[in-house]
Amino acid sequence: MNKTWLIIQREYSSRVKNKRFLILTFLMPILIVGLIAATTYFSITGVEHRSIAVIDPNDFIKNSLKNTNQINFSFPENVDTTNYQQKGFTDILILPKFDKDTKTDYILRSKKSMGLMLQESISNKINRAIEDQMLQDAGIQQNMLDSIHKASQFAELKAYEDKGSSSKESNAGLAMGIGYASGLLIYMTMFIYGAMVMRGVMEEKTNRIAEVIISSVKPFELMMGKIIGIGAVGLTQFLLWIILIISLTSAAAGFLPADVQQQVATLQQSNGQMGGGMMQASESAVKIYTIQHTMATANWPLIIGCFIFYFVGGYLFYAALFAAVGSTVNEDPQDAQSLMFPITMPLIFSYVITTMVTQNPNTPIAFWASIIPFSSPMVMMARVAYGVPNAVSYWELALSMLTLVGGFVFTTWLSGRIYRTGILLYGKKVTWKIMFKWAFKKA
Amino acid sequence: MDALLSLQNLKKYYATQKAVDDISFDIERGSIFGLLGPNGAGKTTLLRMITGIFYPDSGAILLEGNPFNPMLDIEKIGYMPEERGMYKKMKIGEQALYLAQLKGMSKAEATEKIKYWFKKFEMESWWHKKVEDLSKGMSQKLQFVITVLHEPKLIILDEPFSGLDPLNANLIKDEIYALAKKGSTIIFSTHRMEQVEEICDHIVLVNLGKKILDGSVAGIKQQYKENIYSIEINAGSSLTSNAIFTIIKETPSQFLIKINEGHTVNNVLQFIIEQKIELIGFNEVLPSLNDIFIKLVEGTHAGARAFQNI
Repeated sequence: MNKTWLIIQREYSSRVKNKRFLILTFLMPILIVGLIAATTYFSITGVEHRSIAVIDPNDFIKNSLKNTNQINFSFPENVDTTNYQQKGFTDILILPKFDKDTKTDYILRSKKSMGLMLQESISNKINRAIEDQMLQDAGIQQNMLDSIHKASQFAELKAYEDKGSSSKESNAGLAMGIGYASGLLIYMTMFIYGAMVMRGVMEEKTNRIAEVIISSVKPFELMMGKIIGIGAVGLTQFLLWIILIISLTSAAAGFLPADVQQQVATLQQSNGQMGGGMMQASESAVKIYTIQHTMATANWPLIIGCFIFYFVGGYLFYAALFAAVGSTVNEDPQDAQSLMFPITMPLIFSYVITTMVTQNPNTPIAFWASIIPFSSPMVMMARVAYGVPNAVSYWELALSMLTLVGGFVFTTWLSGRIYRTGILLYGKKVTWKIMFKWAFKKA
Repeated sequence: MDALLSLQNLKKYYATQKAVDDISFDIERGSIFGLLGPNGAGKTTLLRMITGIFYPDSGAILLEGNPFNPMLDIEKIGYMPEERGMYKKMKIGEQALYLAQLKGMSKAEATEKIKYWFKKFEMESWWHKKVEDLSKGMSQKLQFVITVLHEPKLIILDEPFSGLDPLNANLIKDEIYALAKKGSTIIFSTHRMEQVEEICDHIVLVNLGKKILDGSVAGIKQQYKENIYSIEINAGSSLTSNAIFTIIKETPSQFLIKINEGHTVNNVLQFIIEQKIELIGFNEVLPSLNDIFIKLVEGTHAGARAFQNI
């Protein structure tokens, strides 16, 4: 045990002291934030501006075609499909004379084809105008119409989870986001750290230090030391990321103007009720409050606890398999590719299931995938985000955790048997069939 | 005899071959023991069983009279395998420290010992270098230091001189003698026979997984002598084959003869004196280990064994 501890220390410190680790740890969050900022920036500035000439024989549609920051409607004379480009328009919209009994084509001709979203918004505007016109024809007054339009935005669905006597606000969007993000994070780390374990084992084998070490410690100790050491590197990285994110967001909050901070605090005290704070609060304060309020609906201790458990469990499960593959590879890294396939397949498959489960957390496939240890680390995380015991009952969670523990005990045992033969065997091409033999032959 | 290590009827069969097939021998405490054999004879498998890396299929290994327990006895052994490696990116000092601690030494003790050996081998400036910066011979020296660092009772060296220049080879050789003198037992595995003749007290030759020779170097040479003598006589005289001996090789003043069955050295001398030939030198020629090795192994298809099924 003492020697395993030495190996863990070496595996851990040789990686954490590495420059690459530091760069990855501190650059990654910056890179992600930068990426998000860049996409947001380009989606705002990158919109195209359209200047549309409208030929409208009906008067009533004109009022509905209001200019937006993207589209500029004009109603010029003497413009047709042959000359709209010369006159400086990007598109021409030709409306027929409205007749409520026949469906006719409304034609849009463009220099460059228009995006679907824009087309839809124009078509909505025209339909709304026609609808209004017909309602007015039926004798409804303009002020009546306005109040009808307002009423169509009255209802906003607020969902609550019932937990015995108390109920709690639930947020499916947030649950989906958390479920997806943690599933994706576990998926990526399985690959990154699993491959790291495999490369480490291959390194020891190809540079022939394995035999020197195995004359001092048991192969199983060496394998476990490597797996645990690298797992600890992964946890360290997560921890640093969490600290980094929390300090960055609180630093960002500090930059808010004092009055906005004050308003957010007032909103928190009044629990976001209308009246009081809400009325005087500025738009940005309301937004910040809403984000904080939504985040607070998630059961963070449960989610973080489950995340750590499923990360560690899933990592141990897959890392052992990766170690077994690494031990069978000779000089040629190409061999690893084909042997890795049966490990990466279930990983990818689990990821696909996870994306489905984030939307429907309670289908039979979601249940089974969250019990089977190959997929449970990802799929169960996606489900837990929806809440325990509402979406996932306690016994399901317990069963899933139990099978995962059983699963990694089994893969570690299996891999240990493959590893101790593979690590000292050179020059022989190993197949899964041979590995199976090693695993189940007598000691 | 005080045997440090005793192997009794060791067997290890692989799916395709009998790697070690019923081998027994004893190794005396403080001796330098040569384990010889052609490539693929089963030497490495044998050594891996002695170092606890492999379990024998059957048979027993006794270390200091007690059954070998890999968990406890591993620290009494220093093993330098033929295929040796290091972590290329790790600093040499840290690496030596790590491997010494894996052998059960405390950090302080290991640091002290490493400094002692590095000084002895003029390697002090290496501490912060990486293995990838070392030449093959240099890393060989480092390997040797790491193997003997924890003062093991049993030191196993598999081809320790390969890749070393004569100067460094002598350095290591002297160290081997010194360690044996201090009471360590050394198993020396090689197929370089001239080194074995020079260094080893006792040898075992294995081939095709079986022991085919076991004894002291002098004893084995006696056992395999072929009654060959070299005779030096005064220039101008001549010798011819006769009933007593046959001439194998002849140079102007020196003859290599083989005494025929039923005759002795005295018969030869008598014959020479009777012929009135002036004798200058008369020596027995013992076979070299190399000759014995080739004689015993040749024709057994040792090389083809790896591809055979049992």
